[in-house]
Amino acid sequence: MVSLTIEGRTVSVPDGTTILEAAKTAGILIPHYCYHPGLPVAGVCRMCLVEVEKAPKLAPSCATTVAEGQVVHVHSDKSLDARKGVLEMLLINHPLDCPICDQSGECELQDYTYQEGREDSRYREPKRFNPAEDFGGDVIYVPNRCILCTRCVRFMDDVAHDPVLNVSERGDRALIGKFEGKDLTHPWASNVVDLCPVGALLSKDFLNKARAWELDRTASICPNCTQGCNVIMETRENQLVRMRPRPNEHVNAFFMCDWGRLNYRWMNEKSRVEQPMVGRAKALAPTSWEIAITAAARALNGKKVFVVASPMLSNEALFLLTQIMQGGSGAFRVTEGEEAPLAGVKDLALRRERAANVYGAEALGFIKTKDLLGGLKQGDVLVVAGEDLEGIDASAVGRASEVIVIGSVLPEVAKNASVVLPIANFSEEEGTVTNLRGRVQRFTQAKQAPGDTRPSWLVLGDLLGAMGKQSNFFLPSEVFAGLASSNKAFAGLSYDSIGFRGLPLANGSSTGPSAPIAVGAA
Amino acid sequence: MGYPNEPHQRETPVLSRYFGDTEARSLEGWKKRGGYKALEKALGMAPVDIVNVVKESGLRGRGGAGFPTGMKWSFMKPGDGKPHYLCCNADESEPGTFKDRELMRWTPHALVEGCAIGAYAIGAETAYIYIRGEFTEPLYWMEKAVKEAYAAGIIGKNAMGSGKRIDVHVHKGAGAYICGEETALMESLEGRRGNPRIKPPFPAVSGVFGMPTTINNVETLIAAAPILMNGADWYKKMSLSNPKSTGTKLFSVCGNVQRPGTYEVVMGFPFKEFLYDLCGGPPHGRKFKAVIPGGASVPIQTLEEAEATLMDYEGFVAQGSMLGSGGVIVIDDGQSMVSVIARIARFFAHESCAQCTQCREGTAWTTKIMERIRDGEGTVEDLDTLLDIAEQMTGKTICVLSDSCAVPVVSGINKFRGEFEALIQGKRFHPVIAAVA
Repeated sequence: MVSLTIEGRTVSVPDGTTILEAAKTAGILIPHYCYHPGLPVAGVCRMCLVEVEKAPKLAPSCATTVAEGQVVHVHSDKSLDARKGVLEMLLINHPLDCPICDQSGECELQDYTYQEGREDSRYREPKRFNPAEDFGGDVIYVPNRCILCTRCVRFMDDVAHDPVLNVSERGDRALIGKFEGKDLTHPWASNVVDLCPVGALLSKDFLNKARAWELDRTASICPNCTQGCNVIMETRENQLVRMRPRPNEHVNAFFMCDWGRLNYRWMNEKSRVEQPMVGRAKALAPTSWEIAITAAARALNGKKVFVVASPMLSNEALFLLTQIMQGGSGAFRVTEGEEAPLAGVKDLALRRERAANVYGAEALGFIKTKDLLGGLKQGDVLVVAGEDLEGIDASAVGRASEVIVIGSVLPEVAKNASVVLPIANFSEEEGTVTNLRGRVQRFTQAKQAPGDTRPSWLVLGDLLGAMGKQSNFFLPSEVFAGLASSNKAFAGLSYDSIGFRGLPLANGSSTGPSAPIAVGAA
Repeated sequence: MGYPNEPHQRETPVLSRYFGDTEARSLEGWKKRGGYKALEKALGMAPVDIVNVVKESGLRGRGGAGFPTGMKWSFMKPGDGKPHYLCCNADESEPGTFKDRELMRWTPHALVEGCAIGAYAIGAETAYIYIRGEFTEPLYWMEKAVKEAYAAGIIGKNAMGSGKRIDVHVHKGAGAYICGEETALMESLEGRRGNPRIKPPFPAVSGVFGMPTTINNVETLIAAAPILMNGADWYKKMSLSNPKSTGTKLFSVCGNVQRPGTYEVVMGFPFKEFLYDLCGGPPHGRKFKAVIPGGASVPIQTLEEAEATLMDYEGFVAQGSMLGSGGVIVIDDGQSMVSVIARIARFFAHESCAQCTQCREGTAWTTKIMERIRDGEGTVEDLDTLLDIAEQMTGKTICVLSDSCAVPVVSGINKFRGEFEALIQGKRFHPVIAAVA
């Protein structure tokens, strides 16, 4: 360990730590652009220059390792003056088009300029101009706004291992170029948009959709594959408009794939069941929650139950489903696609299985099958939970004596259901999911569910109570506590201990807190 | 010698002795002139002894920085289990500098010999000569010399029968000034864009291909041979002045002098005599106004400073400038200083690698303001802005290209402020019209 003083605070950090990272541990942010903890150090923006006592020149804190007894000044006149200089230089060719720039409000150039830049510019000459360019994939490049930090180039070279981008030209003519015949079509390429500190790299999907300050942000998990990348779900007026990665060194480092990122529209689906319904005279009719729950409980009590569940459902919902089975069984199926790893990060990929909670479902005893209704016996009560029954034969459903649908859509083959209980989708409720390495992670509610829709854990908890079984669940955390006390795999875990970085199951793999994944590993 | 002019009697031609002698270019001719004797002697010595002789001689880097060569060589620790490399920096691109070009054109074998001696001394089996892309003629002679030396067994698997392997490769650059910066040169040599690397690590720790590397200028390596042959004392005693500057130095002179060319004089030679006698003084009817003595990136000297200078590392510093690469640019009263400085700034703006913000934006901004002043569109605030930008461009970037652009601007404004102000006030620059003799 090395001890040093940064802005008057003493910090102790492991040998080899950079001054910039050491300052973070003391709660001091040294302004920077080109540095990113998930990328190799470039040391080119010169924004993070700090004054180190007894050193002849200002030191780039991202590329200078700590030394015993060092005294570092981040906000001294010298350092501030250097940063002011960099900011003025970065702005001389940067168009002041913040009012029409997508990055405005989440732009580091804007932030630092407001924080400590000059209030005017002494630049009197014409600004450099280059037209915007389609970089392929979901990415547009606006060279006029580019500050040449090279984060995008380094991501493609050293993390994606797919060199598509380069710095072309020299001097102030320099801009980010694309190698002949190549496009940003790598399955992880959109991370360059997140990495860009300014509005030079933009997402086509998000283009002109919202101003950054209009967005509500919620910590969540990407539901689109078994990797369980930590994300921020961003909504505007109760519409999900963007998903971006949330750093977690045990799961996804700083990144998420394009497929997961762009596959959010299903959570905004408008045509869905919004009211509880019961079957009356061969037709479903809207009713109150009390009547619907009572009807469902009556249909289930004392019957043999077969549950088909969606692997998008939370651990909590799946646990409660096992409680209403009464000795019956459960099955699920999962959509598959091609696996797409991110080469530079160990054990990070868009996984083949495209659902959030495949491993949670298996841990709770649900059978993964391609023949979804294979286990449904003649006369069983069929509970369809979150499943759309797409491609399922109506005659198979016909084996059930009665069908209860718990979900946000009413499948065509289940239109004879006796009870329909509308539940929130993944973005509308709180819960936990278990990723493919057995890591249990919490997701939270990003938007409101429509109509009379209720969270799945609440509906199933009520149903359990109506069936006369013990059900003292007033919060999702209490459902989880119930799960943890009855299932060995989940033993010892709680919402508090899981937090927002997740924890592995008791029998989970080695990707635990002690084994952070390596970024940049070959 | 004052090539292409007749040699001047006050010159001391050691390295430039065979300039203009076409026979010295061939292996046979070079051997006749005592070539490869020094390499033969070196291969019979222990590497550490060679390093010590060079240390003792006081030889300092001739590329511009003036770092003691023997000390640089001693950073290469023998027996570290890693391959060592020698790089010869032949990317001579500093405006006003063309001494290495002449050395390679006339005495290519001297450089092969110097590289072989240097490589052997630092425990390297491979030497790369990184040659400037525009140097097509020197490239031709260097490739020919290396081929001849291989064929004669002077270099290769068994250099001169010593059992030592010494390979010399000539690598042609693509014409970027920044590739003369040592770490950018290494990036370029490895096949990447020539961007300077952050130091530390220094080349002696991690250089070419991540291995311990020494990088020396052409003139430095060539000087090693006569030092080995004649001894460290001989080299030291040639100096007329400061004991920290030893031996001879090549100066390439261009600009407003009667006899531009490449001159070799001993360290400490009076600059006044050099300019007026060796170079023949200013063109007819004109007067010297200023001198940039060490390539475009050193401070501009006023005539008074130049005339008081003793030509060595310390002497130029004492008179407000630096020895640099020895590229002497002489400016007479027929030139506008603003115009000269604007042109220099444009060069640096063109050649900035674009990594560091202050350099990428600052060199271009400086150029735009300088050219505006030159064109009579300047304002009084521009001078303060220029000095302020220069301050931001100094000591804050990965390499010194940005500092190099700031240096002529700052020294120019400080020493020739009147010319700037005259243009800003709307007076045109009227050069003295030389009377035709």
